[in-house]
This record gives sequence, C-alpha cells and structure tokens, in this order.
Amino acid sequence: MKIAVPVDEKDLKSKVCVSFGRTPYFLIYNTETKESVFLENSAAASTGGAGIKAAQTIVDNGVSALLTPRCGENAADVLKAADIKIYKTKSVAINDNIEAFIDGKLPLLDEIHAGFHGRGGN
Amino acid sequence: MRIAVLSGKGGTGKTLVSVNLAAAAHKAVYIDCDVEEPNGHLFFKPAVIQEEEIAIKIPAVDNTRCNGCRQCVDFCKFNALASIKNQNKLIIFEEVCHSCGGCIMLCPEKALTEKEKVIGKIQKGMSDAVTVYTGILNIGEASGIPIIKQLLDDHKDTSGMPVFIDCPPGSACIVMESIKDADYCILVAEPTLFGVHNLNMVYELVKLFGKQFSVVLNKCLDGENPAEKFCIEKNIKIIGRIPFDTELGIINSNAEIAVRKNPKYGDIFSSLLETVVREVQHKHETTSHSQR
Amino acid sequence: MKQLLILSGKGGTGKTTIASAFIKLSGARAYADCDVDAPNLHLVTGQGFTPKKTDYYGLPKAEINAERCIKCNQCRQKCRFSAILIEKKHLVEKNYQVDPFACEGCGVCEAVCPVGAIALKPAVAGELMLYSNEKKVFSTAQLKMGSGTSGMLVTEVKKQMKSAAADTELAIIDGSPGIGCPVIASLSGVDMVLIVAEPSVSGISDMERIIKTATKFGTKIAVCINKYNTNIENTEKIEEFCAKQGLPFIGKIPFDAEAVKAINNGQTIVDIECPSGTAVTAVYHKTIALLFEEDGRSA
Repeated sequence: MKIAVPVDEKDLKSKVCVSFGRTPYFLIYNTETKESVFLENSAAASTGGAGIKAAQTIVDNGVSALLTPRCGENAADVLKAADIKIYKTKSVAINDNIEAFIDGKLPLLDEIHAGFHGRGGN
Repeated sequence: MRIAVLSGKGGTGKTLVSVNLAAAAHKAVYIDCDVEEPNGHLFFKPAVIQEEEIAIKIPAVDNTRCNGCRQCVDFCKFNALASIKNQNKLIIFEEVCHSCGGCIMLCPEKALTEKEKVIGKIQKGMSDAVTVYTGILNIGEASGIPIIKQLLDDHKDTSGMPVFIDCPPGSACIVMESIKDADYCILVAEPTLFGVHNLNMVYELVKLFGKQFSVVLNKCLDGENPAEKFCIEKNIKIIGRIPFDTELGIINSNAEIAVRKNPKYGDIFSSLLETVVREVQHKHETTSHSQR
Repeated sequence: MKQLLILSGKGGTGKTTIASAFIKLSGARAYADCDVDAPNLHLVTGQGFTPKKTDYYGLPKAEINAERCIKCNQCRQKCRFSAILIEKKHLVEKNYQVDPFACEGCGVCEAVCPVGAIALKPAVAGELMLYSNEKKVFSTAQLKMGSGTSGMLVTEVKKQMKSAAADTELAIIDGSPGIGCPVIASLSGVDMVLIVAEPSVSGISDMERIIKTATKFGTKIAVCINKYNTNIENTEKIEEFCAKQGLPFIGKIPFDAEAVKAINNGQTIVDIECPSGTAVTAVYHKTIALLFEEDGRSA
C-alpha cells in the first residue's frame, strides 16, 4: 500500500514537517515495493484552503494512509471521504514513523484542529 | 449628499461625530458600515421596522450528475472544492468559498447550482426623524463586504436628506467599500502619536480615491496637538475642534446622543453640520472631476 | 513558547498601550504587531535599526490587455465583485480595466474572455518587517491600503516571529480591532487572549462580540478594563459580566493624562511614574501567572 508523510526536504533523512497543509513536500512510500517518491506540495503557497488542496494531492496519488503530526478539519474531511486513514507521527525521523506504522504501532490521529480558513497556517 | 466619517485608528470618535451630525440634522440617514462592531444603534436605539438577511451565494452539488472531471477543483483559486472520484463525491468547503461563481459556470455536466449562505443582516429603523441602517456581520464570518455593499447600494429614499456613513476603523478593503460612493469624507483625528500615524493612512486613502475631505480634531487638550500639526504640515482643512470634555465622555460612554442630551452639544454639532454642508456644496459648485 | 494575544473588539481601548507596557515589563524577547492594517506598536518599542523587509503577495489580480480586448463585456457581466470598470476617455474610447482594490483574483474573467485578453498576475499586498538581533525579535507588517487577505498577512507575521525566536519562552502579540478575518487569524495557535475592555456601552457591546469570537476558538480568555474611571457604573457592569460568564477578571487601569504624554513621546506607560503604569504592572503579573498556569483551563 502507499502511505504519505509531509516532509521538510526531498530526502528520507530529513524531518517530518510540522504542518500537513503547508508542507513543502510529500513522501509517497510504497510499503510493498519499498519505493519512495517525493512530490512538491502545490498547496504550500496558497492564500487559503491549503489543507484541502494538500489532501486532494494525497487522494489523487492513491494513498491509503497519511502519517502526520497534525491535520486540519477541512483536510480531514477530504481524507475521510476517500477512506484514507490518518495516523499520528511519533517523532521527526521519517524512517522511525514508517517502521512504526508497518509494525502497527502508530496511533490514529484523534485531535483534528479547526481550519485556518484562508488566513494561512503553520 | 453622502458623507463618510472615517479615522484610521479606532476609538477616535467616528460614531460620536456621525451619530451627532445625523441627530443635529434632524432629518437624516445614518448608515453603520462598521458591520463587525456596529455601535450607532446603541445610541439611536431605533424602533426596528425592517430586518433583512444578507446572504452570499455558494455552490451546491448534485453528485448524481458529477462525473469527476475536476474542472471545478482545478479552476478554484481558493481551493474550496475537493473531488473523490472513486466515491463519486465532490466536497464543497463553504467557509473557504469566495462566491465567485466560476465553478458553477464551468461545470460541463451542470452538476453545480447555487445556494445561499447567510452571513449577516441589515436592520432599518427610525430614531425621531433619523433613519438608521445597521449592518451586522455574524460571528465567525470573515468579511462584511457584501453587507456594506447592500447597505450602500439600496435605493434609499433619502429625498435630499444628508446621509452619514459611519465607517470601520483602518484603511483596508472594508473601509474602501464604505467610502466608495461618498461625496465627502470627514476624517476624525485624536491628538496622539498613534492617532496621527493612522490618520496619515486614511489621508492617503481619501487622496487616492480623489475624495474631498477635511478633518475634525476630537478630544482636544491644551498644549501641542500632533494631529493638528500634521494637518497644518499637509495643508489639510480642519473644520472642527471638539474639546476633551469629561461630561461629553460620560454621555458618550453611556450611549446617549450628546446633541439630544444637552443644548451645549447641540450647538457644537449644529455648527459643525453647517460647516460640513457648506463644504460639500462648495465642492459641487467648483469642481467637475472625472468619474472612475 | 507561550503566546499572549491582546484584543479588544472595539478600537481605541488601549491594546497597543498595554501590549507595549507588557513587553517592557517582561523583557519579552519576542513580540509581534498583528494589526497589519494600522500597525502602531513600532512607535513605542524603539527599534533603532532597520528591519528585514519582505514583500507580501496576496491573491493575484487580473489585468486586461487593452490591445486584445474586444469590449464584449463578458468579464464585467460575470464579475461578482464589480471589479471590471470602463474608463471613459474623451467620451470616445472606452477601456476596460480591472479595479485592483475590488479584484479578488478568482479568475472568472480570465476564464470567460473569448480572446484571452485577461491574465492573473501576482500582486504585492503589503510588506513584512522583521527586527531581529540577539536581544529580541519584533515582527510586524503593513498591509497595502485597500487590500484584502489581511488574515494571511497576520499569519505571516506570527510565523516570522516564531521562526526567528523559536526558543523564547514568552511572546506578546498586539492584535487588531474587530472580529473579522485578521482577528480570527491572530487567534489561531495562541495560548491566551487578554481582552482590553472600555467601560462604555459601545465598548461593552464590542467586548461581548470579541469574547464570543474567541470562545469559538477555545482559547483561554481573560479580561481587564482600561480607562475604568471614565465610567464606574459600566466598569461594574463588565466585572459582573465576567463573574457570570466565569471569565477571569484580571484588573483595571485608570485613564491617565500622563500616560497619553508618555505615548506621544514614544515611551511606554511603565517608562514613567504614573497611576496607569502602576495599575498595568499589577495586571501584567496576574496575566502572566494565568498564562503559565498548568491546568490548561479554557473559557
């Protein structure tokens, strides 16, 4: 299956980004083939609706699960509608999170925060 | 005659001046465009005759018609739409939508139609012979511009009565909207450092819009007045000076209309009103400027 | 970093006067002015050096290429924001023009134009300023006159402050009047809001609306009264209101002519000996105690 992680740089050694909607890049990782693809997040520069656009990118890439430290309610609505599960990352190290996910040790993300509604966010 | 009262800085006395000028004129129209924090109605306590909800148009989707082509999603500059193709779902985010109507226009399957979302209301009432229009933005809504537009676009039966427009603080888009069709602008200034800094901003704004304007100095104390100094430096006409007056302060803080409370203030504002009317008429006679 | 935001609802109640006093008292090494429409904090915090300036781009604006335009009027008919104007020139030529102040960058005109005469172009909507040295970080901005997207700029101001001062314990944020977009943007992510109320009927009405707005965001709220001696009756009303609503009432500050003089001299009210300075110091200590309280109670 494909999983997505918001990341600071196009490098598996870089950190998980604190924001989902405005992360500069997404890592799309295939747990079967172990392939890594980095996508630019076009939503990062939006004046508004960044979470929605970022979530659309995730949906469009056939992702089944998102690993992220936070997620806004609008993005969560999109992901839920597409049956994409959201897991809470445990640290900033990308590989730690991927391993924890595969081992079934990552919890689901409970706290969805209120959207920023066109006022930007971080 | 549409006279806008603005200031840049909050709390300088826009409502004090606009409410009392309207009251001094007896037969007048008062429009409160500070739809986020409207205060004029607290002074006029109008008997409310009419209430009108203000709504903006946002899209609604018929998912049975949507084929997931995504033209709407790709068009929307505000990212208010998301498409889950394999579930045949289009999600619309109402709070993000700017009501531009683009998606509805573009949908090749006619799956998008418009529905209304209420963002606030306008109340019309009377206070003696003053017609009071109050715009109120609902809590949580981002922009009061559609309410201000409606407040000012209505074909009001003003029958030659002066119209006083109480503007919001600042100089951003809501203020621009409020002064757009004003014939004259009164800038209310207070004698403080902050006041002058913000006065400068609205001064630039009214100049940009080519509006005739003048300044009323409020809360004047003895000694140096930085706002007065600014006006002299920039050659701006000062048409009134309201002293810092504890009694006036108390009347105002109790939301009473000074003009109706004490003839002393009736005189001050009647005299100011006369000056304003003269200024506006003088402008009509002497200038013929180009329309935007 | 704990973020304290100062709001009021009504303009002119004393947010900047109090924010600047708090900054002086706390020796806060991070502070921001989120009143991007009419910023004033920089007038009393004495920076003494030039800031790093960044252009802020809001929404793109449409531009019409007059040579290509065939004046079919489609754009003007479809524009929901009345942003397409016809400029009259000598009663003969009529150029179609976009009003940049009304344009919201939606792209409908660009889409309907049959001859591709309209394009959306990036537009500078303001300027961010960052004063940063080893002692402190001060983030502020100026929105270009008539602009929208102030909310986004407010967020940029906060982001700028946070990234330059990440390890600071306390950040003080001076907010803007109103309850709309820029206020909502300033509310997100702050740990506590101190509402500066004015004891007037208008002030109370506006205070209630800003409290409702902040409550919607689940932020911890506290209230103080400025210029309380201008109307004792209304001051009591506010205190009663806070008690009823279960909102912490932090204290009251008198109106003080000396304070006005200090501010006009570019000083804070705690830089001189004056009654309001003494009162604001007490309010400050109580506010900070509440801010750093561990139980995380919110209103």
